[in-house]
Amino acid sequence: MLLTLVVELEDKPGQLLRVLEPISKMGGNIVGIVHQRGRKTPLNRVPVEIALTIDEKKVEDLIKRIRNLGIVVRSYNEVKLIETTSLLLIGHIIHTDLSDTIKRVDSENSEVVELHICMPEVKKPSTAIVTISAESSEELNKAISKLKRICREKGIVVIEPIEEEFL
Amino acid sequence: MIRIAVIGFGNVGQGFLELIMEKRDEIEKRIGKFKVIAIADSKSSISGEFKLRDAIEFKRRTGRLPEDRNAIEVVEQEDYDVLVEATITDIKTGGDGLRYIKTALKKSSHVVTSNKGPLVVAFKELMDLAERRGVKLMYEATVGGVMPVIRLIKDYLAICEIERIMGILNGTCNYILSRMEEERLPFNQVLSEAQELGIAEANPSYDIEGIDAAAKLVILANTIYRGDFRFEDVERIGIESITPEAFEIAAKRGYTIRLIAEASENVLRVSPRLIPINHPLAIRGTMNALMIKTDTAGNLVVMGRGAGRKETATAMLSDLIEIYNS
Repeated sequence: MLLTLVVELEDKPGQLLRVLEPISKMGGNIVGIVHQRGRKTPLNRVPVEIALTIDEKKVEDLIKRIRNLGIVVRSYNEVKLIETTSLLLIGHIIHTDLSDTIKRVDSENSEVVELHICMPEVKKPSTAIVTISAESSEELNKAISKLKRICREKGIVVIEPIEEEFL
Repeated sequence: MIRIAVIGFGNVGQGFLELIMEKRDEIEKRIGKFKVIAIADSKSSISGEFKLRDAIEFKRRTGRLPEDRNAIEVVEQEDYDVLVEATITDIKTGGDGLRYIKTALKKSSHVVTSNKGPLVVAFKELMDLAERRGVKLMYEATVGGVMPVIRLIKDYLAICEIERIMGILNGTCNYILSRMEEERLPFNQVLSEAQELGIAEANPSYDIEGIDAAAKLVILANTIYRGDFRFEDVERIGIESITPEAFEIAAKRGYTIRLIAEASENVLRVSPRLIPINHPLAIRGTMNALMIKTDTAGNLVVMGRGAGRKETATAMLSDLIEIYNS
C-alpha cells in the first residue's frame, strides 16, 4: 500500500537517514520526500512528508519503530495533522493524572504528539512542554482551549506561545 | 494665561512640577504663559501667589501643604483651565481621582491624569463627559509610562484598523522574568532581590498577579476599540508560579517567557507567554514595549521606560502641550 508519513525532524544533518533506515529495513520503498521548510514548527523542526509503499500489515510496526527512535510522527495515512504548537505546563502535572489530561485533549482531529516533563523535587510543581498537532488551525485552537480548561480544573498553569503571525 | 491646578502631590505630582520648572521656557514657546494656581493633596493645599519650589520644599519638610483646604475643595472651588491629576490609583472604585476628574470636566476644564483607576472604572463615561463639555481628557502617562502609545493609536494610526496589540506593560514583572531567564533562580528569590532594589513593592501582588498590566490593557483596548471593556473582562494569569525549569525548557527551543498583555476586539488577556528569544518583545529589565498590528501599517513596536518620576512627568507634560497644540 501507499503510505504518506509526516515526521518532524530537527534541522541538522543526518536526521532524515534515521527515519529512512527502519523503512528500508522493513522492506518499504520510498516514492517521494518533501521537506516542508516553510512550515517549521515552534520547536524549530521541519515537517518532512515521506511517501512510500509498504506491506499494509507492517505499517503499525514501522510507525512504532520510528517513534521509538524519538522521532515525532505527526501523521500517517489519511489523517494529516498539519498544525502544531507547543505549550508549557507548570503545576502538579503527574499527581493530577497526566494520562487523563492527555486522553481528554486527544480527539479524532488532534493529539498530543510529544511531552517532556521536568520534576526537580517530588512535592514541588513540575514543568512540562507539551506538543499538540491537529488537522487544521481551528482544530488546534479547539485542542488548546480544551487543554486550558482541563488545566484550570486541575490547577495547572498553561503558558501559550504568542501567535506566530506576530513574529 | 493658562491656569493649572495640580491634585496629588506625591512622587508624580512633584515630578511634574519639577519638570515644568526645568522646561518652563520650552513650554511657554509652545503654549504661551501658564501658571500653577493651586496644588493640593488629600488633606492640604496651597493657592494664590506662591513659588513652586517653596511648595515642594514645604511638603518635604512637613509632609503637607500650608492651607487646610483639601483636594476636593480645591477642585470644586478654584478656577483653572487644566487639572493635573496625579493621585493614587484605585482600580476597583476609581477612588478619589474619579471624583476629581468628573468635577473638573463638569466645570469644562481639561484634565491630564496619570491615574489608571478612573479610566479603568469609567472610561466611556469620562470620555463622553469630556466630549459633551468640549474639553480634553489626556491620559498618556497611565499606560507604558513615557511610551507614546495613546497618541500613536489615536492620532498617527487613526486611519488604521488595529487588529491586535501585544505588549509588556509592567516593568516589575519583566525585571523578575528576565532575571529568572538569566540566572535560573526561583521566583521568590528574584522577587526579594527586586524588592531590595525598590523595583517591586513590599506588597507585590498588584504587579505580579498581572493586575497593573490588566488595568493598562483595559485603557488601551477602550482607546482602540472605543468599547466599554472592564477590568473583569481581562483573562488574567500572574507570574508567581513560573519555575526556573520553565525557562530551561523554553530556552532549549529558542524561547523565553514574558508577561504579555494582549488585546483584540474580543479578547483581553494578561498571561505569561512563550516568545522567541529574538522577538522584539523579549526585552530585559524594567523596560516596557508594545507591538501594534495594523491593517495598512504592518507591525509597529514602541519601547521605553514604563515608570519613573521624570518619565511619567514627561508624558504628562506632553499631554499638557498637546491640549493647546491641537
